[in-house]
Amino acid sequence: MHKKINSYYDVVVIGAGPAGSVTARFIAENGCSVLVLERDREPGIPVRCAEGVSHNGILPFIDIDEKWICSKILGARLHAPNGESIDMYNNGDGYVLDRRVFDRALADLAVSKGAILLTKADAVALNKDEEGKICGVKFRHENDYIDINCKIVIGADGVESQVGRWAGIDTSLALSDIDTCCQYTVNNIKIENGLCQFYFGREIAPGGYIWIFPKSETQANIGIGIGGDATIPGKGPRFYLDKFMDKNFPNASINYMVYGGVPTRAGNNFIKDNVMLVGDAAHQVNPITGGGIVQGMIAGKFAGETAAKAIKENNISQKVLKEYSNRWEDMLGANQRFMYSIKNKFMDMIDEKLNNLVMACKKIPQDELNLYKLFKETIKEDPILLAKLATSFVVSKLKV
Amino acid sequence: MKVDKNLCDVCGTCASVCPIGVITIREFDVIIDNERCIKCNKCIKVCPAQAITEE
Repeated sequence: MHKKINSYYDVVVIGAGPAGSVTARFIAENGCSVLVLERDREPGIPVRCAEGVSHNGILPFIDIDEKWICSKILGARLHAPNGESIDMYNNGDGYVLDRRVFDRALADLAVSKGAILLTKADAVALNKDEEGKICGVKFRHENDYIDINCKIVIGADGVESQVGRWAGIDTSLALSDIDTCCQYTVNNIKIENGLCQFYFGREIAPGGYIWIFPKSETQANIGIGIGGDATIPGKGPRFYLDKFMDKNFPNASINYMVYGGVPTRAGNNFIKDNVMLVGDAAHQVNPITGGGIVQGMIAGKFAGETAAKAIKENNISQKVLKEYSNRWEDMLGANQRFMYSIKNKFMDMIDEKLNNLVMACKKIPQDELNLYKLFKETIKEDPILLAKLATSFVVSKLKV
Repeated sequence: MKVDKNLCDVCGTCASVCPIGVITIREFDVIIDNERCIKCNKCIKVCPAQAITEE
């Protein structure tokens, strides 16, 4: 092995994406030992992401650095099925990242605080003691199988999370709760920089949408997510994306292509015994936009601080670990459920209603239009949704 | 289930919907344990690369 590692760490984190690296950083920062296992050769690759984040979202976690910023985002343009569009500029600024560099920066930050990162380290099982309690992780590194003992395991292993399943957390997604995605990174196009664009419609992206995230004035991530229950044989996401490209960017040069899946449910089941899940593994993704970088980092902070507290108090009980999910619930629980209830409504809207929605929003003065106003218009199309929303808010208030 | 390795992007979307967890994702491989597979076909439906077929 190229690196000397111990046989015991307080915590083993599986996966070195943003959620895993932030978790590890907060564990290390709070004085506990932590090993991060990354299956791939380096953090951040392959990039399965549209790479958009809000400025305010990442600010608490890392100093803004030009080296992982491709472009600055000031607003969004939503395209209705009939071709009409609205621009929104009042939701805060954001960035299109270079995730390869960003993920490495987060991993480096964790390591600078004392975390140990091991790449090409593929976790294959959770080890249990005689009493059946999880006491470590078995991973494969090249042809060696290595056992590490630990007190807490954190699964940051993405949408396909195996850690959750090994621990007995049911992480399997319904087809209606996953978007199946395809993305091209294209060059030689002319687009408006600073503006993310979204295209909706049954014929364009059934149960999802097409996005354009500019990386510069001539380069962009152009991708599509469609509902997992909306596919028909021979018509996966790429079928619709190619149709879109032929129509809108026939001369684009497609440099990279990736596939991926995005969970679109409001996850609420992240803890079992001494195992915690964070990020996509815990389905901590905005169910409407599919954005999950910031959510994963927030969860990472809560999970990391909670794990360190449990280790230091030498009390790895559910009661202590539950602090993580309680903090998540307090900060994002109601919002995630709100987005989820809107998602089902929004994605089920027939094209005519989507057209009406955009036409209604066009009447709102440009400088007043924001996501909140858009949702208010969405609710007008369906009063039942209002009842659902009220319920979700009341439930969350009662819990507090 | 059969995975066409030339089409598969190893993105893990199939594993996320498998109701019994018989799909393992490695750095360059997707492995489906056909002994335990219940043939629900969710992975076929959701695979963005359309790389999975019934055997």
